[in-house]
Amino acid sequence: MQKFYTNINQIVGDVITVDAKNAGNGELAQVFTGRGTSLAQVIRLDGKKVFLQVFAGSRGISTGDKVRFLGHPMRIASGNMLLGRIFNGSGIPLDNGPHLSENLIDIGGPPVNPVKRIIPNKMIRTGIPMIDVFNSLVVSQKLPIFSIAGEPYNELLARIGTQAEVDIIILGGMGLKYDDYLFFRDTLEEHGALSHSIVFMHTAADPVVECLLVPDISLAVAENFALEGKRVLVLLTDMSNFCDALKEIAITMQQIPSNRGYPGDLYSRLAARYEKAVDFDTAGSITILAVTTMPGDDVTHPIPDNTGYITEGQFYLKNGVIEPFGSLSRLKQLVNGKTRDDHRTIMDTMIQLFASYRETQEKQAMGFQMSTWDMKLLKYGKLFEDRMMSLKVNIPLEKALDLGWEILHDCFSPEETGIKKSMVDKYWPKKNETKIFSR
Amino acid sequence: MTAPRKGTITKISGNMVTVSFDSPVMQNEVAYILHADERLKSEIIRVRGNLAEMQVYEATGGLKIGEEVEFTGELLSVELGPGMLGQIFDGLQNPLPEIARQCGFFLKRGVYTKALSDTEAWDFTPLVKPGDRVHAGDKIGFVVEKIFKHYCMVPFSLRGNFEVVSVENAGKFTIREAVAEIKDPNQKIHPVYLSQNWPVKIPIKEYAEKLKPDEPLVTKMRLIDSLFPVARGGTYCIPGPFGAGKTVLQQLTSRHADVDVVVIAACGERAGEVVETLKTFPAILDPRTNRPLSDRTVIICNTSSMPVAARESSVYTAVTIAEYYRQMGLHVLLLADSTSRWAQAMREMSGRLEEIPGEEAFPAYLESRIASFYERAGVVRLNDGSTGSVTIGGTVSPAGGNFEEPVTQATLKVVSAFHGLSGSRSDARRYPAIDPLISWSKYKSFIDGKQKERGHGILRKGYDVSQMMKVVGEEGTSLSDYVEYLKAEFFDFVYLQQNAFDAVDEATSKERQIYVFDFIYHILESDFTFKDKDTALLFFQQIRQIFKGWNSAPWKSEEFEKTEKEIRVFLLERSKKG
Repeated sequence: MQKFYTNINQIVGDVITVDAKNAGNGELAQVFTGRGTSLAQVIRLDGKKVFLQVFAGSRGISTGDKVRFLGHPMRIASGNMLLGRIFNGSGIPLDNGPHLSENLIDIGGPPVNPVKRIIPNKMIRTGIPMIDVFNSLVVSQKLPIFSIAGEPYNELLARIGTQAEVDIIILGGMGLKYDDYLFFRDTLEEHGALSHSIVFMHTAADPVVECLLVPDISLAVAENFALEGKRVLVLLTDMSNFCDALKEIAITMQQIPSNRGYPGDLYSRLAARYEKAVDFDTAGSITILAVTTMPGDDVTHPIPDNTGYITEGQFYLKNGVIEPFGSLSRLKQLVNGKTRDDHRTIMDTMIQLFASYRETQEKQAMGFQMSTWDMKLLKYGKLFEDRMMSLKVNIPLEKALDLGWEILHDCFSPEETGIKKSMVDKYWPKKNETKIFSR
Repeated sequence: MTAPRKGTITKISGNMVTVSFDSPVMQNEVAYILHADERLKSEIIRVRGNLAEMQVYEATGGLKIGEEVEFTGELLSVELGPGMLGQIFDGLQNPLPEIARQCGFFLKRGVYTKALSDTEAWDFTPLVKPGDRVHAGDKIGFVVEKIFKHYCMVPFSLRGNFEVVSVENAGKFTIREAVAEIKDPNQKIHPVYLSQNWPVKIPIKEYAEKLKPDEPLVTKMRLIDSLFPVARGGTYCIPGPFGAGKTVLQQLTSRHADVDVVVIAACGERAGEVVETLKTFPAILDPRTNRPLSDRTVIICNTSSMPVAARESSVYTAVTIAEYYRQMGLHVLLLADSTSRWAQAMREMSGRLEEIPGEEAFPAYLESRIASFYERAGVVRLNDGSTGSVTIGGTVSPAGGNFEEPVTQATLKVVSAFHGLSGSRSDARRYPAIDPLISWSKYKSFIDGKQKERGHGILRKGYDVSQMMKVVGEEGTSLSDYVEYLKAEFFDFVYLQQNAFDAVDEATSKERQIYVFDFIYHILESDFTFKDKDTALLFFQQIRQIFKGWNSAPWKSEEFEKTEKEIRVFLLERSKKG
């Protein structure tokens, strides 16, 4: 039944064309070359011509090589035996563990029925004040970290991953440097998180097609765990590499590009992945955090632009800190009313004052004279940057709120902050009390 | 019955399938791909020689060359009848709750269910008697659906004059039982049911005439109603970058708009936002009817991860349902979020068809498609003299927030009101983030023309002064200019901005808008004299503070009167000092 086809009649980029019968769209095939066997996937059918995207790349494929169709789409093993394991983009183990072929599930499954979703209502604590206090991360949220090359986005991602209160972490790496891969592996191990993590790693040296599979594989496995009631956090880095891989294949397939060479369906492709984030009615959840590096720090570039329209906000990592103004968690309103009653007050007040601080900074830079109020703001801004914004700070939400009051107390009188009297009475630190957070 | 006409698949590319056929086929005909035990719905979008190119409304994984396709001879249609209010459909009018019951968490491919219940019986009351002359769209009788009389009408597809042969007495009927029979001049008998089918891409035109939309549609959003109004039967668009609050604006409109029925087309956007509407609307009471908001709402939901071709059809499904309720003499508001995703679906299909691309790879027919969609809006006088309307409001998600892109530009050509959202306004937390300096509307506001012009004027002046101040600083600005600037800021803060989290401030009635606008107009016209800029600033800060409290006070409540008096006293004191 499993017939070999030998008439490869076109090799363009990583796509080969073979004459074959009875191949299904999206089906998997094996290509036997002199350099070994590679998986390939059917991406277009035209009469008897079958277009295959070869995972290992087309380098070294000869027109006389053999192709065999497997009769099923891309699948991945799933279940608890994956925990603690590391695989590449096609699901081949990169650690020394055994090859897994049990409990196979299809990747890229159908979308969730919207009526089976619930309104997100649970916060994920990360220990990072800029997230917990100002832009709370919510279960089932899909949130990108917009950043630029050179920023510590992988460090931030790893830290959120190891500190977040979730059952399972799935890390999908796309086009990473090999030392980034080692960094993630070691960090997960150091924090004892590897035992409940699964890693799918595509490094920059691997074939580009494998990069395309990483989000699908990661999310298919995540979905399987979520259906069993687990809270899953999926970390994807770097989605820009995924988009560039899409672009490469689209150009190879001679699709008409829409914007800066990216295919017209970039939005749909990204949405199909990001929308896997879900809080199931009567089952678990998937939360997605994805790094998107912005070429040239340009938020209007097609990748961050399309991403922003899909995701529920973004963390904007710039100059080593989560920038309070570009960042937004659209779902924070759903959870920050239920944490502590001063949460929203601290969030709004501190950001408003920080905005005034930025204005004052500008004035200062232009050489205008500083008033008493300006001096207060400058002091406040400095404290805010050092003790709240810095990514070195690692404290629970309640401590961070206390710290917020502390900082406000150090710089202003209660009236100057514009905080409601009832809140001031309840939380404003009393004079002469020893500072909880003295440096 | 003749055997269905069939074809075979010769090419598969993404969600486009090419089929060879030997019997006649029709453009936009629906066909089913027979794959194992699945039947996948698709639509013919181009015919060349003996090859038909079809867009498939499902994922195409696993399809093979040579598989059979069955043509149905019908255009893509929806079933129109009682039972749509409160329902949530996908882009092909499958009720999603029913699919969830059948398939669980996921949208299984190839599962189609009846749009309306076969078994639910409706209380029918006849309105005609045998011998009456009727034609398409005339009311035969009605059933009660939620809050409305849902009229049973002569099918829109019947041409010419008919005579009622028989009509059932009042009683309970399902949509599958005929409630009347009518005959055409050739004595052919046509049964009339509570429901009927209509092809989505063809407008329903059974009305006497289309009228000029001039009655305002009150959205209870001050910035819109007072400065950039929308008319019943009109069209408007809301373009804006991501994060500017398009969807929140649409949600607020769907809650407060003064219309009978709201059809929401969630087209290619986030599932989470639909879920919010879905789960909260049954719990919110509509102040006009005291019934849950869901009773007047139909949701057509094709979120971004659902198949792209169905996204294209979802806006047509939505507008057809809207037109159907209009035929009953109701006022319907269609909110499409977002039309850019719909345009992108067209672009994807156009790319697969290898058509010569226009700007940014959008197809050349983009503009005409957008125009014909918005042209389905309108206020009409029906054959029986009553009026009904469909108002269309579409959001646009321009790439990079740049309005110079094809979808925004094509939309601006055909709509009569433009509510442009600005990123800088939303960054400054000024909601709604509609930029009053770039937006426009061709409809008439219920605010007095002179007062409205003053409102626009002060905003322009305020902007000019603020730009100048950036260069010369506060100290280089004259006191009178500075006061104009403060007036503009005051107007913006207390009138244009609205707090969506405040139970009172989130919706302002027409009467209140007229009253408060008049009040503010007099403040804007007043000649205040200040000794310096600091006193001016302080004055406006203080009055702004009191005004905010006024905005949160219920209309004509004791608190409202009290705060108003407080403001008047405050103003009087100021003029004495001056």
